[in-house]
Amino acid sequence: MIPGSFAYHRPTSVKEAVGLLAQWGDDGRVLAGGHSLIPMMKLRLAMPAHLVDLAGITELKGIRVEGNDVAIGAMVTQHELVGSELLSGKVPLLRETSLQVADPQVRYVGTIGGNVANGDPGNDMPAVMMCLGATYHVIGQGGERRIAARDFYQGAYFTALETGNVLTAVRIPMPPAGHGYAYEKLKRKIGDYATAAAAVVLTLSGGKVATCSIGLTNVAETPLWAEEAAKILVGSSLDAATVKKAVAAAEAITAPASDARGPAQYRTKMAGVMLARALERAKARASG
Amino acid sequence: MAKSQVSMKVNGKVIEALVEPRTLLIHFLRDQQNITGPHIGCETSHCGACTVDLDGKSVKSCTVFTVQANGGDIRTIEGMANADGTLHALQEGFREMHGLQCGFCTPGMIVRAWRLLQENPNPSEEEIRFGISGNLCRCTGYQNIVKAIQFAAAKLNGVPFQEAAE
Repeated sequence: MIPGSFAYHRPTSVKEAVGLLAQWGDDGRVLAGGHSLIPMMKLRLAMPAHLVDLAGITELKGIRVEGNDVAIGAMVTQHELVGSELLSGKVPLLRETSLQVADPQVRYVGTIGGNVANGDPGNDMPAVMMCLGATYHVIGQGGERRIAARDFYQGAYFTALETGNVLTAVRIPMPPAGHGYAYEKLKRKIGDYATAAAAVVLTLSGGKVATCSIGLTNVAETPLWAEEAAKILVGSSLDAATVKKAVAAAEAITAPASDARGPAQYRTKMAGVMLARALERAKARASG
Repeated sequence: MAKSQVSMKVNGKVIEALVEPRTLLIHFLRDQQNITGPHIGCETSHCGACTVDLDGKSVKSCTVFTVQANGGDIRTIEGMANADGTLHALQEGFREMHGLQCGFCTPGMIVRAWRLLQENPNPSEEEIRFGISGNLCRCTGYQNIVKAIQFAAAKLNGVPFQEAAE
């Protein structure tokens, strides 16, 4: 499998990358880790005439605390997310999720920016970013925009990114100390996309849920933020009856395709099962 | 399409070449450099037979453009033996523990296991299985591959290898 021909560019700054992309419009594509794009190019489902590789841009690397947020450069790899002590302490949901992305080789190369920007509903990070209330930094010829993850996804492979845009960083508000979290992913085997998956972040106060946020992966054209389901849980002790109601509310917003991972009804049910498990694990991890 | 000049170190030797940007690293190594240890299995980033070590990372060379590896430091199975020509502990482990049958996955397995042991010199069985989960073997059922890696870890750590009771 040999991709179509293209010209390769390796800018050393975001400004240079944006300038290059502006010349070619839809004929130009950004290359991050390449583990979504290169397979598409091998199948000739993508045939960009110009590839702009972001690997040489040092300003897209690094994980930093900025005020109450953690800012992660777009070219930080899943492997680096797994190994980051800062993230393990502040946003442990990211490490737990990264370890369930693909396999070791892919994690060495696959990036956070590519994972969230590609718009593939099978990717794990988008629902996690919706759950965490993350914001994406996006730069184009017109300047920088900051787009909430919850507003970013429009359809399968359709996002708020415009032609010539580069997603430069992901900014995550740090959940409070003592929060509970979990990412539960059902997959047929290691390396597979989710049949269904659920991300949960919650805080407890006096044994009751004070705040809760839920994201769902690969059970619709886009990742889902299950706002209603989370609202149902707030104020409860995560008792069985309330969890059942929340699970039903989460299942109600899913619209999965029937595919090799199972019929649509099954995948909807599995989204509910993953949510119930994630809630249980998040509760056990939370203090307060 | 204009070719790009690339320069990289492969198994300690500097290679310079002209490549089309679309040339995948596995095709460059095998077809242009005659380094045929890395195999083409699935060619879709699943099987890991094409795994090489690039700048301290195990990568599937079927999903990397050669131009992305420009300036890089690559190691393949051809560069695994010790300087005196004796087998690396991993190669010895795969031989002693019968870690292969048809051998097709073995170059990728060994190169991947090599990086795993750099990062975690004394992995548990579970860590080994998770660490090689990007490499498929359709012969062995993995049991003896895990043993081979445990054998190598023990040898590199200078402790006697004890096979776990089954």
